[in-house]
Amino acid sequence: MSLESLRAANNIERDATWAEMSFQERIDTAEFRIHERAHITVNGDSCRGCTTRECVVACPANLFVPTSDGGILFNYENCFECGTCYMVCNEAGAITWTYPEGGYGIVFHRT
Amino acid sequence: MTDTDIIVVGAGPAGSCAAIAAAKAGKRVVLIERGPFPGSKNMYGGVIYPRILDELIPDWFEHAPIQRWIVRRSTMLLSDTGALNIDYRSNAWGQAPYNGATAYRPDFDNWLAQQAVAAGAELICSTTVTGLLRDAQGRINGITTDRPDGDLTASVVIACDGVNSFIAKDAGLYKAVDASNYTLGVKETLSLPKNVIDERFGVRDNQGVDIEILGGTSGVNGGGFIYTNLDTIALGVVLKLPKLSAQKKRPEEIIAELKRHPAIAPLIEGAEVIEYSAHLIPEAGLDMMPKMVADGLLVAGDAAALCLAAGIWLEGVNFAMASGMYAGQSAVQAITAGNTTASGLQSYTKKLNETFVLKDHKKLRKIPHLVLSDRVQHKYPGFVTGIMERMFRVENPHPKPGVRRILREERKKAGISLMDLVRDALTGLKGFG
Ligand SMILES: Cc1cc2nc3c(=O)[nH]c(=O)nc-3n(C[C@H](O)[C@H](O)[C@H](O)COP(=O)(O)OP(=O)(O)OC[C@H]3O[C@@H](n4cnc5c(N)ncnc54)[C@H](O)[C@@H]3O)c2cc1C
Ligand code: SF4
Ligand code: SF4
Repeated sequence: MSLESLRAANNIERDATWAEMSFQERIDTAEFRIHERAHITVNGDSCRGCTTRECVVACPANLFVPTSDGGILFNYENCFECGTCYMVCNEAGAITWTYPEGGYGIVFHRT
Repeated sequence: MTDTDIIVVGAGPAGSCAAIAAAKAGKRVVLIERGPFPGSKNMYGGVIYPRILDELIPDWFEHAPIQRWIVRRSTMLLSDTGALNIDYRSNAWGQAPYNGATAYRPDFDNWLAQQAVAAGAELICSTTVTGLLRDAQGRINGITTDRPDGDLTASVVIACDGVNSFIAKDAGLYKAVDASNYTLGVKETLSLPKNVIDERFGVRDNQGVDIEILGGTSGVNGGGFIYTNLDTIALGVVLKLPKLSAQKKRPEEIIAELKRHPAIAPLIEGAEVIEYSAHLIPEAGLDMMPKMVADGLLVAGDAAALCLAAGIWLEGVNFAMASGMYAGQSAVQAITAGNTTASGLQSYTKKLNETFVLKDHKKLRKIPHLVLSDRVQHKYPGFVTGIMERMFRVENPHPKPGVRRILREERKKAGISLMDLVRDALTGLKGFG
């Protein structure tokens, strides 16, 4: 072993040594069978008055995107169907939540 | 005449065990699953403790699609830079009669549902149950689905539809839903060659490791976990919902921080994320459980909040399998006796009370709150690792400080009052009993 490699082996202040990934790459690791009907809809009017914006932080699929005019942009397609959004949302009527049609939506494989 | 005797909604562990128990007793059973195959919607840590299957499938351990048998169980306390690890190893757990095993839920749940089919149940996938049917007296006697002509009647409906259970809510069995009773689990399935996992975790063959983590969740109340599969590692965090949104830190960022912790990073070096997933956990035990019996209806598994989430234990699959089995048996009894009203189905509640299902929950009632409390979450990991840091740091020429002094100083540094420490210790001692 060279002194160089000994030093390297002794370097305990490691940086992350796995590949960084974008959020889209992360989502692309999951399989979504998308149905044309949106199983979750968000009523933008209710969101305008909402100051907490809990869904934006909590949705694991990052599907709630604040718009510059104070609204919320929502897309149901890459949804884990977890239920977090309707639970954290305090604005009655803002979120209409159902499961997708049978056979559609998230399909897990090694979970 | 009803279309069938028993409808089971959801082919997770609760539903499949309900279907196996009822089909074995000779009843007509329809098991309905909204995913394209059983397990396709299901995600967990995870480790399954299948002992309860001895009753329904005596040779389960020869056939169940497991990844590794757990032989090392660790509890890790993380501060920002330090880690205290309590690690127990028992190679006996890796041999018959076995203890816990890692498995992928899409494999395991599918296998379990096929056991129900083998016992005579009819499995219908790709079908979402959308509501309940009631007779003129308001008794539940069937379901509606999203299939054309998809209504189905039965003497008993068993709701095994998981944590969001719209069936139990539809039947009015839940009080208002309170987000603070739930945690969000997010996880990465990380791929690594089998021999690398074996070496890093000190195991071989199909021996596996279970690491439960307290601290390391970036100030959000919750915990972390690492489990070994054959050639993947499951790494994830469990986050208390209202706190998560208040912290303004997204779930994947919290995972990334945990992965960078000096005690975790070397374990997963070079690993690639091959699947990202998320699912809720009913976390509050007895304090959130709904009524589990109504006229013509039983509720089992996560749908009844029967998952046990008590810090060092995160067990839901075994509670689901047991409650599902008992629900199936009670439904059979009630149908045979000709009384499927709530009173005719009461043997279910009785059975839950007599077995580990509710006994464990009663014993550990205070633990979920204690483990997720701010002190345990934000102060104790630093306190305990602080003690360790000083106990084992050699400060020559200074002599070793006394243990009592370290305890006192570290407790003050962590901002924990003696009263609170004593109180939590008592709650813990009483709670873990
Ligand atoms: C992050 C995380 C980690 C966990 N770790 C562990 C662990 O290590 N060990 C452990 O034992 N437990 C663990 N659990 C808990 C465990 O996963 C659950 O307790 C268990 O899955 C409950 O089983 P169940 O059959 O009641 O519900 P589920 O497994 O959720 O099954 C419900 C089924 O019903 C179906 N369904 C739902 N609604 C409908 C409908 N309307 N129509 C038709 N079908 C429907 C679903 O598709 C699903 O298949 C963990 C959970 C999470 C989220
Ligand atoms: S969905 Fe609910 S939490 Fe999210 S912005 Fe709208 S009102 Fe607020
Ligand atoms: S169900 Fe879960 S993944 Fe889907 S939008 Fe709501 S929070 Fe996001």
